[in-house]
Amino acid sequence: MELTVGPIQFFWRGAALRDFYARLADEAPVDRVVLGELVCSKRLPFYRTEIPQAIERLQAAGKQVVLTSLALITLKRERKLTAELVDMGLEIEVNDLTALAYLPEGAAFSIGPLVNTYNEGTAAWLHARGAARICLPPELPSISVAAITATCPAPIEVWGWGRLPLAISGRCYHARLHDRAKDNCHFICDADPDGRTVDTLDGQKFLAVNGVQTLSAACANATHQVTELRDAGVSSLRLSPQSQGFMRLCSDFRALLDGRSTAEAVSRRALPHAPGGTYCDGFLTGDSGVAWSQSGYGPA
Amino acid sequence: MELVCPAGTPAALRAAVAAGAHTVYCGYADDTNARNFPGLNFSRAEMEQAIAHAHDQGAKVLVAINTFPRAGDPGPWHAAVADAAAAGADAVILADTGLMAHVAQHHPDLRRHLSVQAAAANPDAINFYAEAFGVKRVVLPRVLSVQEITAINREIDVETEVFVFGGLCVMAEGRCSMSSYATGQSPNMNGVCSPASHVSYDEEDGTLAARLGGFTIHRSGRGEPAPYPTLCKGCFTSDGRTGHAFEDPGSLDASQLIPRLAKAGVSALKIEGRQRSRAYVGQVVRAFRAATDALKAGRPIPPGTLSALTEGQSATTGAYAKTWR
Repeated sequence: MELTVGPIQFFWRGAALRDFYARLADEAPVDRVVLGELVCSKRLPFYRTEIPQAIERLQAAGKQVVLTSLALITLKRERKLTAELVDMGLEIEVNDLTALAYLPEGAAFSIGPLVNTYNEGTAAWLHARGAARICLPPELPSISVAAITATCPAPIEVWGWGRLPLAISGRCYHARLHDRAKDNCHFICDADPDGRTVDTLDGQKFLAVNGVQTLSAACANATHQVTELRDAGVSSLRLSPQSQGFMRLCSDFRALLDGRSTAEAVSRRALPHAPGGTYCDGFLTGDSGVAWSQSGYGPA
Repeated sequence: MELVCPAGTPAALRAAVAAGAHTVYCGYADDTNARNFPGLNFSRAEMEQAIAHAHDQGAKVLVAINTFPRAGDPGPWHAAVADAAAAGADAVILADTGLMAHVAQHHPDLRRHLSVQAAAANPDAINFYAEAFGVKRVVLPRVLSVQEITAINREIDVETEVFVFGGLCVMAEGRCSMSSYATGQSPNMNGVCSPASHVSYDEEDGTLAARLGGFTIHRSGRGEPAPYPTLCKGCFTSDGRTGHAFEDPGSLDASQLIPRLAKAGVSALKIEGRQRSRAYVGQVVRAFRAATDALKAGRPIPPGTLSALTEGQSATTGAYAKTWR
């Protein structure tokens, strides 16, 4: 099984981003890195100049580099950005089907987790259209994952780690929490490098906001499903970047996939840096997404 | 301007048609449609009769088959399409790419509308669905301003339909798994959001706690109304502040925007509420038919007749006004 590092979902400014990809190139035993802006086009000017350097460094380290589209493309400026993305000559990860419209015949692309690939019919259509790989939506239970891998010739990837992307909106919740509108946001989402936690009225950490995106407060952790997913024919796991302990996490996942570690050991060691401080794997087990299949580290 | 009205039951469909609906949308009683609530929706026989009745009265019927087929089990979705076609449906409303490919191949003459659950939010996406699957109409997601809708209509050849009244999703539709995160029941896979089966109200120290999937997302004092705990309309705390982090309870009322939507090139106005009673449907449809008739006659839209019907008694024009964001 391979490891893919997903795009940074949060707003990290230039230096943090530069350091992250430099370390990823040097230290992380992963096969593929998806980078670029997924959530909010307003963030891109703050780190755009870092991207060519990051690509070069990751490629020199032998990683496959893929560029993500935005998750929700509405503005003219965002459509233009999508068109420019295609000109960079790298594989594009489509996270809004809009990006398909910009791909010239034969251009390399894959399908990201924010495209609704819920079944083998859609997977087959995307494969026929040329998708090199499909990362399934995190909401799918492993029984559906197996039904798709059983018939889809394209390699299938599953969300392995990180706060779950649960929703995307036209409205910016970070701005709203600061009594601002999206057009006057002051880029305050940069204060929360792993998202801003939103609690229930009983004080349980429940969700996390990240600009126009809403995530789970808990950190998804598929370590206990690795064997089942591998047996089902899943070819790669996606690890979603977090601000602390990520390089070690990549090494731990590699060790787990190679049989040099256990799900329990990886989960125990990674907990202090896991966003939200609790784990969930309920989407994979067919439970509510917030559920955790093991006895420790789950929801309080 | 075509008025597209909801019907969760055959009685509601007759009420909508009697109240002046140009078109009614409804679904089969299973998880192939996005309002899969207990006691709601149509059997095969009911759908055939409903379509015949609507056609007799000069109204159209659209069948919503707008959830995402279960992996390994596409049968119920394919059957719903085939049965809708056989029953004489004027169009099917679809969200899943694979299902659209299936319909385009096996039922090429059946008119295809793109569901709001596909969240096609720009001209490129809309043109893509039109070219790839022959989609004739797109229901626009509720994330767009009137200005953006105008711009979209300039760049596409297919019709657009927009929501004007009822429940308001604050997230891009079909791209939200908050409900299944909390309850295991998903709009995309099960056709339900914040399901009643996972709601509880508990009296605690003089307050009423409203919970969804065990998560407390509203508390009301004695005598205060206790709203239904829909996830994105709930109360949450972040950094010491408590409030409606996502959206205030309330619902969409864009009736006053109808002239601007018409000018924006919109072909059809959609009313949400297949879960609503036939009395509600009749009342809302009558009011909106009066509004579309006023528009046609060049008269101003009659104001404020629907305020008593909006959830929590407050109404918003949502994303149609850019400041909502």
